This record gives sequence, C-alpha cells and structure tokens, in this order.
Amino acid sequence: MPFMKIIKPGLLTTIQDRGRFNYQKWGVPVAGAMDEYALRVGNMSVGNQENEGCLEITLLGPVIEFLQTGLVALTGADLGAELNERPIGAWESFLVTKGDILQFTGVQSGCRCYLAVAGGIKITPVMGSTSTYLRGRIGGINGRALSERDALELKSQVKSNVLTPGLIPAEYRYKPSSLQVVRVVLGPQDNAFTQEGINTFLQSEYLVTHESDRMGCRLQGPEIEHKSKPDIISDGIPMGSIQVPGNGSPIVMMADRQTIGGYAKIATVITPDLWKLAQANAGDYIKFTRVTLAQAHKIYKEYENMLRKLPQKLMDIQEKPGGFGEHKKLLLVKVAGRKYRVEIEEI
Amino acid sequence: MYKRAKYLPAGDKGLVVEFGNTIARDINYKVRSFALAIDRAGISGIIEYIPSYRSLLILYEPLIWNVDQLVDKLQELENDLDLMDFPNPKVYYLPVAYGGDLGPDLNFLSECTGLSKEDVVRIHTGVEYLIYMLGFTPGFPYLGGMDDQIAAPRLDTPRSKIPAGSVGIAGSQTGIYPVESPGGWRLIGRTPVKLFNPLEKKPVLLNAGDYVRFYEITGEDYCKIAEEVDKGEFRVKTGRWTIGEG
Repeated sequence: MPFMKIIKPGLLTTIQDRGRFNYQKWGVPVAGAMDEYALRVGNMSVGNQENEGCLEITLLGPVIEFLQTGLVALTGADLGAELNERPIGAWESFLVTKGDILQFTGVQSGCRCYLAVAGGIKITPVMGSTSTYLRGRIGGINGRALSERDALELKSQVKSNVLTPGLIPAEYRYKPSSLQVVRVVLGPQDNAFTQEGINTFLQSEYLVTHESDRMGCRLQGPEIEHKSKPDIISDGIPMGSIQVPGNGSPIVMMADRQTIGGYAKIATVITPDLWKLAQANAGDYIKFTRVTLAQAHKIYKEYENMLRKLPQKLMDIQEKPGGFGEHKKLLLVKVAGRKYRVEIEEI
Repeated sequence: MYKRAKYLPAGDKGLVVEFGNTIARDINYKVRSFALAIDRAGISGIIEYIPSYRSLLILYEPLIWNVDQLVDKLQELENDLDLMDFPNPKVYYLPVAYGGDLGPDLNFLSECTGLSKEDVVRIHTGVEYLIYMLGFTPGFPYLGGMDDQIAAPRLDTPRSKIPAGSVGIAGSQTGIYPVESPGGWRLIGRTPVKLFNPLEKKPVLLNAGDYVRFYEITGEDYCKIAEEVDKGEFRVKTGRWTIGEG
C-alpha cells in the first residue's frame, strides 16, 4: 500500500537525494538536492541514511494525503506547512497517520523545503541515484516532477523504536534572510578578471533574479570586469562555481548545472554556504566574501563534524527528561495569522 | 602545452589540473592519460573527475585529503605519465542518413559552402574525428578535426527541440545530440544509434579520446537500423585507431 498520495503537486516537487556521482565524465549532471544540508538533516531526523531520496518542494507546496502511519520531517525553507490545518515548524519531525493531509499555505522564508520520510521512498535508482534530472528525464518518477495522483511507497517499513517527533535542535536550524553573506574561494579563473573586477565582485550586493532555477542562481548587479574576454576553453564546473559571462553578471552554478562550460569562473562558493543560494528567492540579495582555501577547509571540517554529531544528539533528546520525549511536547499554534511555539510538560 | 601542469583550486572540493591553454591533440591526450592514471592508481578520497579539452577537474573529499598532499600525490602521477602504456584508441563507425527531414540544414550547408550536397557528405564522412570530451548534455561528444570547407555559422535562433541522434555543424565543429534538447547547430543528418541510454551500466556509447567516423546510409537503412537498435540487435562497428589516420 502506498505511504502517501499527491493530491496536488505544487509548483515543482521532485525526488532528490545527494546526487548522481561518477557519471560527470560522460556529461551526466549531478542533479540532487539544491540544499544538501537540509536534505541530510531531514533524513537524520527521521533515522534514515543521509542520502535517502526526499521530496524537494519549491515555493508553492503540494497537498499530500498520508495513507499509513509514519514519521516524517520538514527541513529547509518555511513554506507554511500545515498538517490537518495545524501549523508545522520549518525544522520539525512529526507523526502522520492514515487520512492526514499535509499542505502549504505559502512562503514564509526561503525557497525549498524537504520532506523526509522514515524508511525512505521507494524509487528505482538510475545510475546509482534517485535524484530527478528534469532536462535529461532521468531519476525520480520517470524523470519528471511529481504530479497529481502519484502514489509513493515506503522503501522499508520502520520498526517501532523510531525517534520521537519534535523540533530539530536549535543549532541545526537556519532561517534564510533576504541578504545572505556567502563565502567563496577565488578561482579557478580569477586571473581572467581585472583587480577592479574582483573588487566589484567582493564589494557589491547582487540581486537574485527570476531566471534562477535548479541549474543556476542568476544574479544582477555591478558589472564584473574581465581582463579581455569572458570565454575560456570549456572545462569542468563544480557545484557553487561562479561563472561570469560577457554581460558581467555572475551566475552561481547549482545542482542541475551542465558538466562543462565555457565562461570564466571567478570563484567557488564553499560547501557549507551553498544552502544560502538554494534558499534565495528572486528579490533577495547575495554578498560574496573571500576566504582562503585553508579557511574553507577548516569551515568544512567543522560543518561535517557538526552534521556527524546530529544522530547522537537526536538520541540524547529522547533520553533527557528535559527533551521532547514522552513527558514533554512541543506544539506550534497559529493565532490570528501569527505562529507560536508552545511547550507542554506532563506534571 | 605547459612544462608542468597547473593546479588551481575550484572551491573546497575541486582541483583543476590544467595542462595547457589551447585546444590541441597532445594536450588533450595528456588530460586523458592523466584520468587513466588516476583510475589505475585507485586513489581513495577522489570522488570523480571531469576531463575536458585541456584540463581535468578533480573532485575530492577534504576530510580525507589535505590539498597540498593531494597535489603532491597527483604530481607523482604526472611525473610517471610518460612511462605509462595506454591502449590505442577505438574508432566508432556511426551510420548517418544525410539530408531530407533527417538533416534539414544540408541544403543550407551546400548553399553556404558552395559545395554540392554530395561533396558536403563526402567531406563529413571522410575523416576520423577525435572525441575531445563529453559534456553539455549526457554523452554529447565534442569532436575535433572537421574540414573547414564545410564550416557553417550557427542558427540565429536556436531550435527549441532537436531530436536525439541529430548530427550538426556549428562553426568548424561537428557533433551529435544524444538526447532531445534545444540547440543552434545546423543539422545535416541523423544517426539511429543511441549515444545515451540511462539504463545501461555504461550509459554512454562513446569515450573521450576515442574517434568517430560517419558513414552514409539511406532513409530506409535508417528505419531498419532504428528498429534493430530498439530490439537491442544493432552493434556499432568499431576498430582500432592507428597513428597516421584521422
């Protein structure tokens, strides 16, 4: 029996895991979650492997009916989730049961949220990944976005000793804002730009435009000056790479980027800051700031260490009397359009 | 070609190994050899790599590799590169039906170059093209070695849908669209052979460093081969490339 059924698909809801690796040498894009951090935290908070396929929900969320009992989590953007018309937090795991309806009332902050399901969603991997690559029509459900009446099954039934639902620990929750400072390592083609061009890039605020999508975050702002021409001999593009075509406006290459490109790349966004671009909406601003590669690696190690500690932290919450275990519950309520977080404790 | 490769950071997980700054066979050969050397060395912590015309983007796990140590390790491979023995490249013989509905721009090519349609086809099928790299869309081969006599400008307005298998010319490049996609190349023919099949263990037919040679088939042959391809009964003819050809 399916675990959940799509009543309405929303604007763009796709299955994504961490991406399709090892095929870029043949021109196959990685795809995968735009906000890999939120995907990993979501999976961990329902006891999954970090790479399990989740629903990536964009701006206008779907309406989903659950057909079985299970534990799910929402992470990333706050798209105004409600379960049976009761508000759900942006970083929260919760139990669902047969007949429950999850819907989204509209963007509060951010752009993409992830629905992780304990036990995982049953999807046949293509080239080792369940990620949907829309342009190539591969992965997910027949390479397409979810549509009305799609029914998704669990990959494996979860045993009863699952994690207790609750809010994800505060230090793991972020809240997107309308001006994000994004750290970059310069290169590999920073020498294709004048010193003035690099200064412009690092000192300006760039507007996120409507042309942004899963392929790239297209920005607008002061023109970045090339030394002579914007074209290079086409070469490989990593996630977060910042191309600057002839118009001088930067494009941050994201999950569905092509493997090879021919514009000079001024800098690359560090992995721990990629979520800021994944969550940026048209009208938001991005400001780039430079770190050295050594600093970037230090930040990366702290980031990975923190993520690796999350499963244990979630277990600790279950056991601590102050945690959200059997005696304490956390509720989110909406009164006159505003959200409140309410803790209740058994006495 | 540079005397020593340049190692350039591409973020916290990427390292570009650049061998030169032109599109040239010897530089591209070095790129491909280096990729093979990495495969053979089986270095853990290298997630994957993307070979292109003149460089290799290596994606690595920074929890395993300190970048200086990684560069040292790669420089060791670079030093031993000339000593390694690589197999001769393959030549893939691809059937193409030229002109008509399958190659709607062949007439334009003929007008633009002043050559007859037959001559355009003769020149296009006359050489072995080096596959410099695969990219743009899954399995799309960037081919080098086309005769400038049949060069032609791109379309002013790209087509929104180009069928899979379309063979096109853009400037002095020629290529094959492996999946349906938009594009601005002049389409002179179509091959019934599938260049990309996501369900295969190796999802792409061609490899960078190998060669492609086209041969002309009729529209009828096209339909017949297309049927065989669908049934999994068609095998692309291949041969070994030897120096002096192409």
